[in-house]
Amino acid sequence: MVFMKARNATQIDQGRRKFLVGGLTATGGFLLGVPVLNLVAEEQSNGGGSIGFFVEIKPDNRVIIGVAQPEIGQGVKTSMPMLVAEELDVDWSAVTVRQMPLGIVKTADGYTWKYGGQGAGGSTAVTDNWEYLREVGATARQMLVMAAAEHWSVPRAQCHTEPGIVVCDTLGARLSYSELAARAAKLPVPEEKPVFKDLSDHRIIGKPQKVVDAREIVTGKSRYGIDAEMPGMRYAAIERCPYLDGTLASVDDSAARQVPGVLDVFPVDGPKPGEPYLILASGVAVVADSTWAALQGRRALKINWNKGPHANENTASFWKQTTDLLAGTGQVVRDDGDFDQALAQAETVIEARYEIPFVNHAPLEPQNCIVSIEQDRALVIAPTQMPSGANRAVAAVTDLPRENIQVEMTRVGGGFGRRLTNDYVAEAAMISKKIGAPVKLQWSREDDVKHDFYRPSGMHEMRAGVDEQGQITAWTQRLASAGKYYRRPNVKPEDQFKPELYVDDFPAQIIENLRVEWLEVQSGVPRGSWRAPAHTANAFVVQSFLDEIAHASGRDPLQLRLDLYGEDRELAYGQHGGPVFNPFRLSRLLKQVAKSIDYGTARPAGRAVGIASHFTFGGYGAHAVEVTVSKAGELTIERIVAAVDCGVVVNPLGVEAQLEGGTIDGLSTALNLEITVQDGQIEQSNFHNYRLLRMKDVPIQFETHVMPWGDKPTGMGEMGLPSLAPALTNAIFNASGVRIRKLPIKDQLKKALS
Amino acid sequence: MIEFYVNKLPVSFEGPEDTPLLWVLRDHLKLKGSKFGCGIGSCGACTVHLDGRAKKSCTTRVSTVAGKQVTTIEGLASTDGTLHPVQQAWIDEDVSQCGYCQTGQIMSAVDLLANNSSPDDDDIAKKMNNLCRCGTYIRIRKAVHRASELMTEAD
Ligand code: FES
Ligand code: FES
Repeated sequence: MVFMKARNATQIDQGRRKFLVGGLTATGGFLLGVPVLNLVAEEQSNGGGSIGFFVEIKPDNRVIIGVAQPEIGQGVKTSMPMLVAEELDVDWSAVTVRQMPLGIVKTADGYTWKYGGQGAGGSTAVTDNWEYLREVGATARQMLVMAAAEHWSVPRAQCHTEPGIVVCDTLGARLSYSELAARAAKLPVPEEKPVFKDLSDHRIIGKPQKVVDAREIVTGKSRYGIDAEMPGMRYAAIERCPYLDGTLASVDDSAARQVPGVLDVFPVDGPKPGEPYLILASGVAVVADSTWAALQGRRALKINWNKGPHANENTASFWKQTTDLLAGTGQVVRDDGDFDQALAQAETVIEARYEIPFVNHAPLEPQNCIVSIEQDRALVIAPTQMPSGANRAVAAVTDLPRENIQVEMTRVGGGFGRRLTNDYVAEAAMISKKIGAPVKLQWSREDDVKHDFYRPSGMHEMRAGVDEQGQITAWTQRLASAGKYYRRPNVKPEDQFKPELYVDDFPAQIIENLRVEWLEVQSGVPRGSWRAPAHTANAFVVQSFLDEIAHASGRDPLQLRLDLYGEDRELAYGQHGGPVFNPFRLSRLLKQVAKSIDYGTARPAGRAVGIASHFTFGGYGAHAVEVTVSKAGELTIERIVAAVDCGVVVNPLGVEAQLEGGTIDGLSTALNLEITVQDGQIEQSNFHNYRLLRMKDVPIQFETHVMPWGDKPTGMGEMGLPSLAPALTNAIFNASGVRIRKLPIKDQLKKALS
Repeated sequence: MIEFYVNKLPVSFEGPEDTPLLWVLRDHLKLKGSKFGCGIGSCGACTVHLDGRAKKSCTTRVSTVAGKQVTTIEGLASTDGTLHPVQQAWIDEDVSQCGYCQTGQIMSAVDLLANNSSPDDDDIAKKMNNLCRCGTYIRIRKAVHRASELMTEAD
């Protein structure tokens, strides 16, 4: 598994300005780019007019802005260019956005990325690029102003810009950017850092902008990985071993080879048990002249599998392992104050265990990839969240130098963390290498459900001590889980817990005596990053348990939270999304959602509201949910109010979309979704038994609040999800008295109330 | 050989008769707007119109469309580029996230509106059953209402 954290802004800052490059395009426009390496490498890699820059001003005043990150539905293709366009000072309607390929360049000491980090994961794009891309735009504007001042022979201070135009008030003269482009391109990049606009002067940032590709999408012209083609390409499908870490024993491919259009059939070797995953499973590849022929050929294979080392694994045995482990002791990963003593002295002790299932990412576009391996180079077209990982995967399969492996990015039909790993790219590379021709590998939905890096599953044991005044004096969270760092290279055993428990999460630093402990469960189920990784689990557990404490100690759940979150202040936060966490920002959101849902208002029996809030990767989210639970246990979600604080809002329409989508993802996952294992095989296979939410289950009353804060943005791809599930189950408890401690909810209410 | 019409143009297909219409459209006719999501008729990403009614092309054998009219997302806008009101409404309401499901959603919405020019929220919940993994349902609902208004205005 490959996960490279996006390059952060401070890294890019070092020596960056001297590498800004201005230049003329073949058509006479002006280009400005920000390569982060030396100019020699830049010129070489840019020979022949290939794209290498963020800003291009065309002779007809159109502005082309490049975007380096893949668009997976999180809106970067709109929001990143907005940052550039704002400081460049152009009309948004004049902007065309261009997706850039992977910018890998070889240097004396390894590889570097000429467009900065290009991954889409961890909600980092806006945060990392806020300074960087505004500076690209502002520097281009600076140079256009310099060009105008030179042309008019006036001091620069007498010139300013209006969208697309430099104006000199003294002379009453105006010149368009396109008229200035040629002159600007010849100027050296100014030493002095440009001055950014005031937030209050923004014309583009903070104003609702629609998805830039909207017209292409609604007319079917938008190109996803699955739509790409390459001359002479073959089509391939792989029948993968259904047993976790199983292998191929024998295959009878005689019928498959009879299927019209089938060209070749051969085995694909999977990783050894415990080894890092280059691909997920052993299998048999079928190569054909069309997708359907490949799928039909695959269906005709007769295969015997070796069941491998996990043939006895099933979901029941997984849960047994967690309870056995919780009876012992694990790795203490945080230990503040004196938990044992505080618990012993507590007036009341409250305990509960919560279960979080494995879940599948299920992006709607199934995995696919085109790879062409040639003698000394390779071309990859892939829907990926991590193009550098795609490059690395092909290098691992072929031994080609990484700089000779070109990765083209397409629009991506959903990511949710699945496409941070590029196993399907490695598979396509193996096939292309073997057949000596370009190939398009197509996964089916069944492949995608059965072969994934699932969200880790685990059992959380919570215990808290409360004193006579109702104050929480002791708190522990003990998690027995199968972590996602399993089989990742170069992770020390003592660091395995890190993506499962973020040690600075609430209530650390607020409850004095606090202990966090991790116990490792053995499982053959592959695990990875699923939208907002461990925050989905931990928000559910912590925010459910807070309500349990409130009810057990006679306190109001909202007031309990407001008291704990406290006043406006910053606490240290050492994990992703830090360096600080201000719990007051959660209070602000909670008050808003509580007000909107009429929190204090009495409701008829069976109807109630629940609330929850959570800090995720630098952003803050809260939900209030109103439900009705009938006597027979039928659940109706009456109303949802969602609020988010992601700092400065770059694109309000985009942020709301992520909040709506994240909330619905939270609802979908809480209600129905789980991956289970029977005899070493994943039981679910397609949307009929992995039932994602549909329109009819989305309440009509759905309200969102985007509440800006401060002067910096945080990402928004994940913050809208974690607090939904606990708000829902807290509402269910208030309506029915049934406490849901196991996700998904499924038919638990009906069973409990029957 | 199977002959039929796609977006009013005559086409023919010579491959296996059990080939799903979806793969004929995508691999052979290079019309990539209809998407593959599940292959079992569940998600609706592959929705096209067959003789004017919404149909999932992944579970429709090409042999069953002989002589019939197939309309895909590529055939929805006018030839002069004017968008269908449903497409326009999808832009107006900024529906798309990843966008992958949206061509199928639009084909379903056109079918719904052809049979019910002003659907209420319940009608939409019943008929718009296509999956959107990104969770754009709230905006899809708004866009169907908006399209209904646009179509009424145009009449
Ligand atoms: S691909 Fe046809 S319904 Fe899903
Ligand atoms: S917009 Fe992504 S699946 Fe609907």
